[in-house]
Amino acid sequence: MISELAEHTAVKLGGLRVRLRTGELIVEDVDVELAPGEILGLVGETGSGKTTTALALLGYSADGVEISGGELEIGGTSMRMDRSMRSLRGAVISYIPQDPSRALNPSLRIGDAIRDLVKAHGRGRDDDGLVQRVLERVGLPGTDDFGRRYPHQLSGGQQQRVMIAAALVCEPAVVVLDEPTTGLDVVTQAKLLDELVRLRDAEQISMVYVTHDLAVVAQIADRIAVMYAGRIVEQGGAAVVLRRPRHPYTRGLLASIPDHARPRVLEPMPGIAVGVGGWPTGCSFEPRCPQRSDRCASEMPPLGDVADQHAVRCFNWQQTPAVTTIPLGAFELQGGTERIKVLEVEGLRAEYRSRREIVVAASDISFHVERGECVALVGESGSGKTTIARAIAGLHPVAGGRILLDSVELPSLVRRRSVDQRRRVQLVFQNPAAALNPRHTVFEAVARPVQLLRGLERRAIPQEVTRLLECVRLPSSLAPRYPSELSGGERQRVAIARALAAEPDVILCDEITSALDVSVQAAVLKLLTDLRADLGLSLLLITHDLGVVATIAAQVLVLEGGVICERGRTAEVLRSPQHPYTQRLLESAPSVAEAVERWEADDQDFAGSAPHGR
Amino acid sequence: MNNLAGAKPKDIARRRGQTDDLVFYGSSVRLHWPRFLRTLQGIAGLVVLVFVVGVALIGPLVAPHSLSAIVGLPGNGPGPAAPLGYDFLGRDVLSRVLDGGRPVLVLSTVPIAFTYLIGITVGMVAGLSRSLVDPVLMRVVDVFIVFPPLLLLLLLIVGAGTGAGVLMVGLVLVLFPGVARLVRTATLEASTTGYVEAAVARGESMFSLMRREILPNITAPILADLGVRFSAAVIFAAGVNFLGLGSSPPAANWGLMISENREIINTNPWSVVVPALLLAMLTISVNMLGDAYVRSLGRSSASR
Repeated sequence: MISELAEHTAVKLGGLRVRLRTGELIVEDVDVELAPGEILGLVGETGSGKTTTALALLGYSADGVEISGGELEIGGTSMRMDRSMRSLRGAVISYIPQDPSRALNPSLRIGDAIRDLVKAHGRGRDDDGLVQRVLERVGLPGTDDFGRRYPHQLSGGQQQRVMIAAALVCEPAVVVLDEPTTGLDVVTQAKLLDELVRLRDAEQISMVYVTHDLAVVAQIADRIAVMYAGRIVEQGGAAVVLRRPRHPYTRGLLASIPDHARPRVLEPMPGIAVGVGGWPTGCSFEPRCPQRSDRCASEMPPLGDVADQHAVRCFNWQQTPAVTTIPLGAFELQGGTERIKVLEVEGLRAEYRSRREIVVAASDISFHVERGECVALVGESGSGKTTIARAIAGLHPVAGGRILLDSVELPSLVRRRSVDQRRRVQLVFQNPAAALNPRHTVFEAVARPVQLLRGLERRAIPQEVTRLLECVRLPSSLAPRYPSELSGGERQRVAIARALAAEPDVILCDEITSALDVSVQAAVLKLLTDLRADLGLSLLLITHDLGVVATIAAQVLVLEGGVICERGRTAEVLRSPQHPYTQRLLESAPSVAEAVERWEADDQDFAGSAPHGR
Repeated sequence: MNNLAGAKPKDIARRRGQTDDLVFYGSSVRLHWPRFLRTLQGIAGLVVLVFVVGVALIGPLVAPHSLSAIVGLPGNGPGPAAPLGYDFLGRDVLSRVLDGGRPVLVLSTVPIAFTYLIGITVGMVAGLSRSLVDPVLMRVVDVFIVFPPLLLLLLLIVGAGTGAGVLMVGLVLVLFPGVARLVRTATLEASTTGYVEAAVARGESMFSLMRREILPNITAPILADLGVRFSAAVIFAAGVNFLGLGSSPPAANWGLMISENREIINTNPWSVVVPALLLAMLTISVNMLGDAYVRSLGRSSASR
């Protein structure tokens, strides 16, 4: 709305081209335009060039990277995208990096850190009022006492607000935010997004919001630019693009996002994203595209207008189907296939002891998982969910209560468990980069549990490894590779194959998709669902993402501060949460479906047209 | 929908084939060796090291004179029969230089080998154990750290007499605590990773954990440390020889030669400069190699 009314542009970037010093292009032919008071969501997955583009707006490029083409205008003044922009960074256009705990100097009081910025730009003298005012602008207490705090005395959300205050203190016209809420929990994220919208409304600051998360973008962006392999593939109003994406990649992304408000079957995209230096000659998306034609392989489609304020880089954009909402089937929502309790946890208590104190990580945790059932354990960081998983796996001592596997109590520590007990409970870790030994090949990683826990004959092992890799949809040609040669999604599949290698009854999945891109996450979630159906596996899914819960779990336990505060069937808990904490989580979690419904309701209010969709 | 979701693994594999050599995937750890040897620093370090080791190993075979034969006037400068002149007793400096490298190498590499054997074992056991073993082992290590190195060695000599064996034992005692601490820290760090936890969860033995999971992943800090620690061993051994507490005359040794000939440094400087230079070349080259290795690690971990 605002963009259409604006008469001049705040930022205009044309024909941006960024490459590695070795010659490979990272970003090519990117145009970005921003009206005053507009929020542009720059969306893309790992390696799409979104951060590179964001930094280029400040005339900055990382080591080994150079901006080799493009024109930048900020507020009507043309800029050279190089070191000459230094004095303007922070004053005319400022940048907010992803991780505030690393961006703030830990040895500087936050007031001093902000004041330094003012001095660097020669704005006013040591004016305490200025720092106080800017802290108040971002919703922090503007007291002297607060300004004298060190970063470690603030929460993650407060640290990010301080970063925003520092970015705003010199009154820039444009702020570039690089994944500013990615490390924060959903409640803090929701508050921060509200704050950003309020700042935009009150002060007409233009923002470029860089993120991988379309659900977040749906909450705050006026316009969206989707990047793939260094190019913008689709650009337009947020309401237009998210309701009716015209590029197959945008559609694929939207179909991959698990949505807690409208749970549905995910459609993972085939293939993996092309990386730097691997761009095909024609359209970069052609190898993965379901609607490719002959010319796609040889020719890069232009970013052409398909409607007012909506441009798509695809020859066959008219064929792109709408994002269908296939509601979850009976299987996804049902409990165990047989009503046999595989894993039971009774009154579990886990602690961290140090010489001085005992911290209770989890107490009085009771639940069970039936054969073939998926139970989700939801909570924010520090809620004790990982400790519970580790205790079940025998990696953390049990301070009270019992863990039973098929009605037999498991010893607390893994050393006391029998080979068979160790085999039947497997744990898959959060970070796929650290879950695999970098010095072992895929084959070694998968073969080891087969040999150790199942005692298979040496001769039979290669065949078994091939079978296991097939189970997780990986080609056996990957077997001789090292983890560093695999993508994040492939690594996580190998980690799942390693868990399957033990032929377990229960797999404990600790945030196994949180480090993955959404399209990869969708594929891993689909894999888990398939495995559950094919092998009768029971899953304990530990996550902070309600969308993931809604998509694959039948039962959900909500954890707060180490205690279960709400439990029940997933559909019911998500529909009518009883506990205030669950309610707060649900309200804060961003959802594309809800945003789309909001826009459609708006349309009806304006045009009075007949309702469609839901 | 199905043509999107239901791509066969084979299709994915074929497509993946096109995008195989992604820059940001980096290369496997195995490529560090050739890469670090390809840098100027690595090449220079290797060339110098090969030269010094060559002198030490081949030297005794080509030395023109016996290392104890008196062949000229003490302290005389270079002449046609002795390109580096004569030492404080009139022995041929060149022959003694050629002979004196081997003990230097033995006195540094043998203790270094034992230092790492003991240091790595102690460090990994301490780092992996969740019981009293860790604090007990580390306090024992600390006992050796609190002694000044030279004092420790002098105590040992008082107790066991001089000789190469005693010197080597002393070197190990001086050097291993640092290695043990380094390895313990690296082990602690590695033991929180998913792959070590997965190994613990499937019930791998302590030995298997150390050998299969941890050791291969902490070689980087150990190798990086090796350069500095090796130089320390060479310098310390030379220092002890300089004090006359290591190899006893007439055996030649670069460290000992510097000490013996310091009185004739005015008349025949070569008798001091050449052994000193060779010692310097040895330590500097090893350090350069270590440094080049560390740099190659930094770069590859950035690209990973």
